[in-house]
Amino acid sequence: MLNLSLQQQGLALRARKISSVELTQLYLDRISTHNPVLNAYVTVDAAKSLAQAQAADVRLAVGAADPLTGIPIAQKDIFCAQGWRTTCGSKMLDNFISPYDAHVISLFNGAGAVNLGKTNMDEFAMGSSNETSYFGPVRNPWDIKAVPGGSSGGAASAVAARLCAAATGTDTGGSIRQPAALCGITGIKPTYGTVSRYGMIAFASSLDQAGPMARSAQDCALMLNVMTGHDARDSTSLQRDKEDYARDLHRPLKGLRIGLPKEFFAEGLSQDVAACVQAAVAEYQKLGATVVDISLPNAKLAVPVYYVLAPAEASSNLSRFDGVRYGYRAPDYTDLTDMYEKTRAQGFGEEVKRRIMIGTYVLSHGYYDAYYLQAQKIRRLIAQDFVEAFKQCDVIMGPTSPSTAFNLGEKGDDPVQMYLSDIYTIAVNLAGLPGMSIPCGTGANGLPVGLQIIGDYFKEAQMLGVAHQYQLATDWHSRAPQGL
Amino acid sequence: MEWEIVIGLEVHTQLSTNTKIFSGASTAFGSEPNTQADAVSIALPGVLPVLNKGAVERAIKFGLAVGAYIAPRSVFARKNYFYPDLPKGYQISQMDLPVVGAGALTIQVEPLSGNAKPYEKVVRITRAHLEEDAGKSVHGASQGLTGIDLNRAGTPLLEIVSEPDMSSAAEAVAYAKALHSMVRWIGICDGNMQEGSFRCDVNVSVRKPGEPLGTRREIKNLNSFKFMQQAIDYEVQWQIDTLENGGKVQQATILFNPDTGETRSMRSKEDAHDYRYFPDPDLLPLDITPAMIEAVRATLPELPQAKSGRYTSEYGLSAYDAASLTASREMAEFFDASVSMVGAAHAKLCANWLIGEVSAQLNRDGLDIAKCPISATQFGGMLARIADGTISNSGAKEVFRALWSEGGTADAIIEAKGLKQVSDGGAIEKIVAEVMAANADKVAEYRGGKDKLFGFFVGAAMKASQGKANPVQLNEVLKQKLAG
Repeated sequence: MLNLSLQQQGLALRARKISSVELTQLYLDRISTHNPVLNAYVTVDAAKSLAQAQAADVRLAVGAADPLTGIPIAQKDIFCAQGWRTTCGSKMLDNFISPYDAHVISLFNGAGAVNLGKTNMDEFAMGSSNETSYFGPVRNPWDIKAVPGGSSGGAASAVAARLCAAATGTDTGGSIRQPAALCGITGIKPTYGTVSRYGMIAFASSLDQAGPMARSAQDCALMLNVMTGHDARDSTSLQRDKEDYARDLHRPLKGLRIGLPKEFFAEGLSQDVAACVQAAVAEYQKLGATVVDISLPNAKLAVPVYYVLAPAEASSNLSRFDGVRYGYRAPDYTDLTDMYEKTRAQGFGEEVKRRIMIGTYVLSHGYYDAYYLQAQKIRRLIAQDFVEAFKQCDVIMGPTSPSTAFNLGEKGDDPVQMYLSDIYTIAVNLAGLPGMSIPCGTGANGLPVGLQIIGDYFKEAQMLGVAHQYQLATDWHSRAPQGL
Repeated sequence: MEWEIVIGLEVHTQLSTNTKIFSGASTAFGSEPNTQADAVSIALPGVLPVLNKGAVERAIKFGLAVGAYIAPRSVFARKNYFYPDLPKGYQISQMDLPVVGAGALTIQVEPLSGNAKPYEKVVRITRAHLEEDAGKSVHGASQGLTGIDLNRAGTPLLEIVSEPDMSSAAEAVAYAKALHSMVRWIGICDGNMQEGSFRCDVNVSVRKPGEPLGTRREIKNLNSFKFMQQAIDYEVQWQIDTLENGGKVQQATILFNPDTGETRSMRSKEDAHDYRYFPDPDLLPLDITPAMIEAVRATLPELPQAKSGRYTSEYGLSAYDAASLTASREMAEFFDASVSMVGAAHAKLCANWLIGEVSAQLNRDGLDIAKCPISATQFGGMLARIADGTISNSGAKEVFRALWSEGGTADAIIEAKGLKQVSDGGAIEKIVAEVMAANADKVAEYRGGKDKLFGFFVGAAMKASQGKANPVQLNEVLKQKLAG
């Protein structure tokens, strides 16, 4: 049952072949067995989940079920959920029980989905390996010595290990796509503004965007159908009509123009990843697509630009964690300044502090023009590159990450090496474009490789169709890690 | 040599919206601490600001009232600093692109000293921008602890910045009063200074004529015109003394202590914060269309300057009277309502009474016109009886005193007190005849050329009528009869 797709589980629930309570219990049991090793969940609350499952069963019984009613999913611990501890992977919020629901959470609640628990993540979503979490690293179910990627590492590990039917993630510089690639699952970051950020703890507001992580493009489409829509509580939420993201799943690929940016296949890309991506492109050509060589000349600046802008916004966004109103407060202090300093020194981890320092620096008087303003200008150039590229192609493809999952601790003492793990994903956030990752093979070490698909603004349905057609023709997405 | 004083003001006006600038929480004053602190006011993790349209409309209204540039696009920026009553760790304000640009306000200055005459001056307004207020620290709330009340956090403010155009405490106070009157006139601020709805920061410097601007010190948070004048006087003298004694004025933020009448430094320039302003990524730029501006313009009442001009041209009032009557919207409305009862022909009568008797009585009782115990209807009723000759001026004063202390209508008071003057020609002629008969010798003297005796006959006849004779008629009849 747990190997069935979200869509198939929905059919089974609505056919009353299994109840939501039974399905939820199966997942809870599996979490009990495997979470002690994988550490994918920070918080599990069986009573809460089962109560939601019971309510879903009532809806199913009266035939008032939506596609996700009764489906057990996992929520990244960045989303505030009423009554749930919401930590954002930080000691700072270890004791924080949210009094309100994020918009995404209320949408899933409204759809009747069951919240299985809150997934582990890099602290405040800052990291690419899930090693910065205060609650310990998450392990990759394909190889427990390896990282799952980050920051949505708990979500990716949980989906890959069948500890949930699907999960939510958030992506500021690749935090959905990179862990999806490293764990062999499918994840999509939609166009900026598609999913409300209300109740999603902010890292870098102009880049943060939530999206689904699941085992297939089809399942992602079902999740996206629930997650999206205008929300008046988020000023950057787009006012667009609701759309059916599954509408193009069955559209044939004949005539599809795939752009391959030469910058994505240059130095720094591992051989085995390159080979898998090229094989995937060849498969697309077999399915009727054509290939166009394109260039994104400013993409090489994406990482430095990102590491100015994201820390700048983060340094301000994280100022509210000051020990005054909620969250962690240092136990001993002499005065107000001492309380602030000790609280933040003790409550934040190293990577978060590093980024607050960088962000504070680039916004400081005398440095603002040289760093922040300059980075904003280059950000517009990067976005313009994509505008030009999409005049020549329908979708852009390339690797999601330069290598397969690396081992825990391998990049721990070299932040720049860690940052380069997102070299292919960051430009997409800077441009606000939709991007996804789907499994397309395994590397030399037998670990999954992700193919990144980048679409033009609001082309999520098309991208999901492009991914689905590949998943009909191949079985990389349905392979499960062995030994669990 | 004389010193020249240079003063500029920054005034924080609290906008009269029912809800906060970035959330739906109430802005009502005086509630129990933190009962108006919603998730946004507390800055819970994940919450986002949504701009209150009413605050924008009020800002536009102010811009129109002072003939200012309304920016088609303005930008909200974050001003970053840590303080316990600043829940997000930053204040949302406007920096580079404020909503209101350059404008001007005409003020009436009443010099404080000697026999200098009142004069008019135009003070340039640099800009006005929208921002949110902070909460309050409540020191010593319990056992030496400091409490935080976030009811006020997020209250909308319009910060109005003037050019350094004022050169005396009298001008600064006149400007502050004119601004205070204006924001109440156009209904964007209740002007309640005790509750902090109108707070002034005053920048003061001195220099020798012809020299560049001196170093300024900023007196923060003055919430009374009296304190403002005292603070400026003290500060100007302090700066002059310092400079004349060979010292230097250091740029600083200072506080005025009303108990001692002195100013003292709060922080020097060296301690100044680096606020690390940057555009708030949670809010879109504020776009104001010409249509929005016109919609607001349609709600704008006749402004004091226009009204005052109309009073002089339509009613023939002096510029000074017109300015006095338009010093506040309540005064002007009282005047307009009274004039509408007695007719434009008697506007001058109305003005004389309002500026004379009514204002004097208000001053004696420490009231302003809004709290006047006589309504415009009662007042107009009394004026109508003066205008139609029913009562004399001295009779009117009695009516006025009765209206003030006991209420009622002028007609009822005239009736009860028998104040109706005699305007019956026959009756007056009879009185005149009696007086002349009783003073035949004086009649002869008068007719013999002793004109001065006319006053004696007026007095005697008025006495004989018990003060009720219509003085104009009495004069005419006397002149006619005495001429023989």
